[in-house]
Amino acid sequence: MTAASFDPRREARHRRGRIFRWLCLSAVWFAGLTLVVLLVKVTADGVPWLSLDFIRNYPSRIPARAGIRSAILGTLWMMALTGAVSFPLGVGAAVYLEEYAPDNWLTRLLQTNIANLAGVPSIVYGILGLTVFVRVFALGRSVLAGALTLALLILPVVIIASREALRAVPPSLREASYGLGATRWQTIRYHVLPVALPGILTGTILSLSRAIGETAPLIMIGALTFIAFPPTSPLDPFTVLPIQIFNWTAKPQADFHSLAAAAIIVLLLILLAMNATAILLRNKYRQEL
Amino acid sequence: MRTTFKAGTVGLAIPLVAGAIACGGGGGVSEGGLGGMVTLDGSSTVFPISEAMAEEFQIANPGVRVTVGISGTGGGFKKFCGGETDISDASRPIKDSERELCAENGIVPIEVPVAWDGLTVVINPENDWAACMTVDELKRVWQPGSTVSRWSDVRDGWPDMEMKLYGPGTDSGTFDYFTDAIVGEEDASRPDYTASEDDNVLVVGVEGDQEALGYFGFAYYEENQERLNSVAIDNGLGCVSPTRETIESGEYAPLSRPMFIYLNSSALARPEVRAFVEFYLTNSSALVPEVGYVPLGGGRYDELLAGLPAAD
Repeated sequence: MTAASFDPRREARHRRGRIFRWLCLSAVWFAGLTLVVLLVKVTADGVPWLSLDFIRNYPSRIPARAGIRSAILGTLWMMALTGAVSFPLGVGAAVYLEEYAPDNWLTRLLQTNIANLAGVPSIVYGILGLTVFVRVFALGRSVLAGALTLALLILPVVIIASREALRAVPPSLREASYGLGATRWQTIRYHVLPVALPGILTGTILSLSRAIGETAPLIMIGALTFIAFPPTSPLDPFTVLPIQIFNWTAKPQADFHSLAAAAIIVLLLILLAMNATAILLRNKYRQEL
Repeated sequence: MRTTFKAGTVGLAIPLVAGAIACGGGGGVSEGGLGGMVTLDGSSTVFPISEAMAEEFQIANPGVRVTVGISGTGGGFKKFCGGETDISDASRPIKDSERELCAENGIVPIEVPVAWDGLTVVINPENDWAACMTVDELKRVWQPGSTVSRWSDVRDGWPDMEMKLYGPGTDSGTFDYFTDAIVGEEDASRPDYTASEDDNVLVVGVEGDQEALGYFGFAYYEENQERLNSVAIDNGLGCVSPTRETIESGEYAPLSRPMFIYLNSSALARPEVRAFVEFYLTNSSALVPEVGYVPLGGGRYDELLAGLPAAD
């Protein structure tokens, strides 16, 4: 090949590069603009309705009196119980699968199933929750039944995230621990888990952030739409923010649509607070290492 | 107040909101007053009435907890006949199969009509031809296998424009009632229309489409009168528009429909349930119109109140 026959096609190659870059950029803009439009619309509709009374009052048929007290408290109860159930179960399952389980067909079958469960539509968990928790365990339409249902819903994601975190712990750490005579329990307890904890916490909180927006499975198990008292025990009936939002958007009066927007803002703030907590926890534990 | 969760549950520091609601009183049992819980579930159409009643009743009786769900008329009866709820909201009468289910569990339902709704057929304000339609014309449009695809297919002289149909989904009691009243057979409808369980979606659809025809509950029409026009219905006695008066008198036929609550007769023996039902019937004349429905006229509520089985 002579130098004369070599065509570098520099123009064409660079043009292709520019087009690709431009396509990627418009993908970013598309996602970003959609979000901005939604946020602006919700903020414009909802902010005038946000007030301390809106957070303190119970729902009402009169828009000016309506608030989300029972919905917020229901959501907080729900998240606390869901976290309390799914965290130990999820981390336990992940530790077993990563640290103890032999690599055989059974383990692989379990792993595949867990990954598949993460993709099951949430309404299916609602049907399961209605049959098992509400009817068989006779928990009724309680916060606990709802929390167990949502815990099952996010469990696969918690397990997967925890396993990723455990896998990221360098094997040399375990080997050093064994080398000093530590047992497997001591190694996991004092060396593996502390290192993996930030990742596990982040995964769990992000899963809870998914659970907080769930409506369908909770309506399925019979969460209530109008309730003017807060839950005081795990066996009390409840409602949650997404159900309150759903209910208000379906009303004929336009004022309720604005109330729904205000409730969406509150839900977003709770979400942001949760995600910020995830980041803070991660940074805190990282520094301590 | 014991409302907030225990600290220490991982990752649930949500101080912003929790702090803001930590103050203020919760509803405990008031001294000497009624206590206990009254549970309602069922139709989302009847929900606004029961919601208003539950709200006012709890203001008057702070010791009683009232909850209202929206499982739909059918879903509500499943829970009601399983003994899970005290009162069922229904936008249609109970079916025989549901009665049997109740009987199997030893539950005797008592039917109480509480309000009227008028299913309203709506068109776009720019539609200046279809101000009135006969029941037969509506039937030809909506029946299964209907060949009507243009407005000119409905009546000679109407414009040769496409007809776009909007209506509630098949799970809705509104759908059950409309098909029964217009087509003559419950749940028989052409399938090729834009269906939504959310009536606000239908409002937006008809508002933006000159060729549209849709139907939904009167409350949604009343709230959106400046964006939509209603179609007067000719049931053989001339055109009647849906208004509060024509719905109450029954003149707006056949699309005026009653809405019910069903009471569990043994739950009615509980003083808090009985008090709630009596409150419901006493306050319907005032609260029903407030949430967009038409109250029963002519002293019907007093008759119903008197007709409740006597307390033991």
